[in-house]
Amino acid sequence: MNLCERSASELSALIARRQVSAREVTRAHLDRIATLDRELGCYLLVDQAGALARAEQIDGLIARGLDPGPLAGVPVALKDIFVTRGIETTCASRILKGWRPPYEGTPSHRLREAGAVLLGKLNMDEFAMGSSNENSGFGPVRNPWNRAYVPGGSSGGSAAAVAAGLCAAALGTDTGGSIRQPAALCGVVGLKPTYGRVSRYGVVAFASSLDQVGPLCRTVEDAALLLEVIAGPDPRDATSIAEPVPRYRDALGQGVAGLRLGIPKEYFVAGIEAEVEQAVRAAIRKLESLGARAVEVSLPHTEYGIAAYYILATAEASSNLARYDGVRFGHRAERPVDLLDMYCRTRAEGFGPEVKRRIMLGTYVLRAGYYEAYYGKAQKVRTLIRRDFARAFEQCDLIVTPTSPVAGFALGERTEDPLAMYLADVFTIACNLAGLPGLSLPCGMHGRLPIGLQLIGRPLDEATLFRAAGAYQAATDWHTRRPALG
Amino acid sequence: MPITRKEVEEIALLARLALSEAEIDLYTRQLGDILGYIEKLRSLDTEGVEATTHAVPMDCTLREDELGERLPVEDALRAAPRRAENFFEVPRIIAAHDEE
Repeated sequence: MNLCERSASELSALIARRQVSAREVTRAHLDRIATLDRELGCYLLVDQAGALARAEQIDGLIARGLDPGPLAGVPVALKDIFVTRGIETTCASRILKGWRPPYEGTPSHRLREAGAVLLGKLNMDEFAMGSSNENSGFGPVRNPWNRAYVPGGSSGGSAAAVAAGLCAAALGTDTGGSIRQPAALCGVVGLKPTYGRVSRYGVVAFASSLDQVGPLCRTVEDAALLLEVIAGPDPRDATSIAEPVPRYRDALGQGVAGLRLGIPKEYFVAGIEAEVEQAVRAAIRKLESLGARAVEVSLPHTEYGIAAYYILATAEASSNLARYDGVRFGHRAERPVDLLDMYCRTRAEGFGPEVKRRIMLGTYVLRAGYYEAYYGKAQKVRTLIRRDFARAFEQCDLIVTPTSPVAGFALGERTEDPLAMYLADVFTIACNLAGLPGLSLPCGMHGRLPIGLQLIGRPLDEATLFRAAGAYQAATDWHTRRPALG
Repeated sequence: MPITRKEVEEIALLARLALSEAEIDLYTRQLGDILGYIEKLRSLDTEGVEATTHAVPMDCTLREDELGERLPVEDALRAAPRRAENFFEVPRIIAAHDEE
């Protein structure tokens, strides 16, 4: 039994029944990280001592007949955007190198309360800005399926670690596709819940009107389980939604009979790789064969999504990242001549090129006299995009699209052209603009690289996504494929 | 040309970023490309459309104003690049009287 191939649901059951100890499971994952991660680069920090101590604690609880929770002994890892008390948190930025937070964020707290064992912190694009993980301040991540390729981003370390069996599940964040796109490129399941479904207390802010936390896992069932644990209102996040959290796993076995799948014609256009389109169309036919009905829908403002997104996201980022000023934590430039010099050099030294580029763009669109032409305009376009979805959902119960227009791209292929990199998010960005839940799951292969299928639901209707994804996964075996690793 | 080198220098100061000459050249070109792409929004008629600030409508959340957990001073100061007693230390902002 290879413990590193088991799902989180399987592991928690095995551990709770004492068929294997949490310590053995944690040890197996730590050993695998030691063997494989030098080359893959998924982890920025491995907390070996903390993980083993926590695993022993879980084993102790079970030995005393106590219930350690639904994630009993499950080894998980966090994108390094999650604030962890006493454990270095960098957001893959040199400006935060060495920062040991004095508090714990809500998502990681909820995972631990449910019995999970935290293995460490995962690589990402700096401040979650990127689609390839190449913008990390501490080196790239390699795609476990083909090491010359990117894992996607910004939660690239999370997706690659889950795909490579370096943790059973991970948390990421998604502002424009940062969970779903790397999940697609690495062949795992990734969910961006409805905006506000998961608390963002203790999650480093990028674009506050778009950011959302979600799980990356190897099965749909695990994604449902993790969402049950992390979702729900939090008095520490005023944007968290008060609605009760359903038992999402109940949706998995319900089948898709009668479900209406909306196929947006604007998502099957030039620029999409032939193999990706074929795999997604085959997945739609598979869902139809299981009882769903496909209907064509239109999302006419799709082509304006990226432009609106890069105004809103960079404007909000330029404001959120103003806090990195060298005063209270993080890097400070040496021997400043005055306060302005301290700010300007601290930030120039601490931030990488993409973060600077986005702060510059965001500052430009927000400057006096430009607000209406850019930010105000983008917010109106956002309304049009929301209306597109509201109309489409009058005809269908969920929307089915490719997650990424291509199965993958090579390291270095897009780094010289920021705009080409931004276009990687063409199919994922609308979900964030409209606040909708979106899930990516494996639906095929293009050579050695996995292909992702995206399901988009109504606000707070994650259950329907799990229902369709669960039915698809029960009828196919794409999610069982694993990259060949040393 | 959507953005000039001089504008990039002005923005860098507003953003508190000390950019090198090479970075200013690079960002003048790249921001120009991106702003050129964003121009496509202008062709879209948004007359009378209301703005979306948050995708999910939210009520203003209120709670009782009660004293909760507080971060101990030592914890708050532990990561400070420089401190003096219970304060964050920064370069002098206001000139001392005898220097005026």
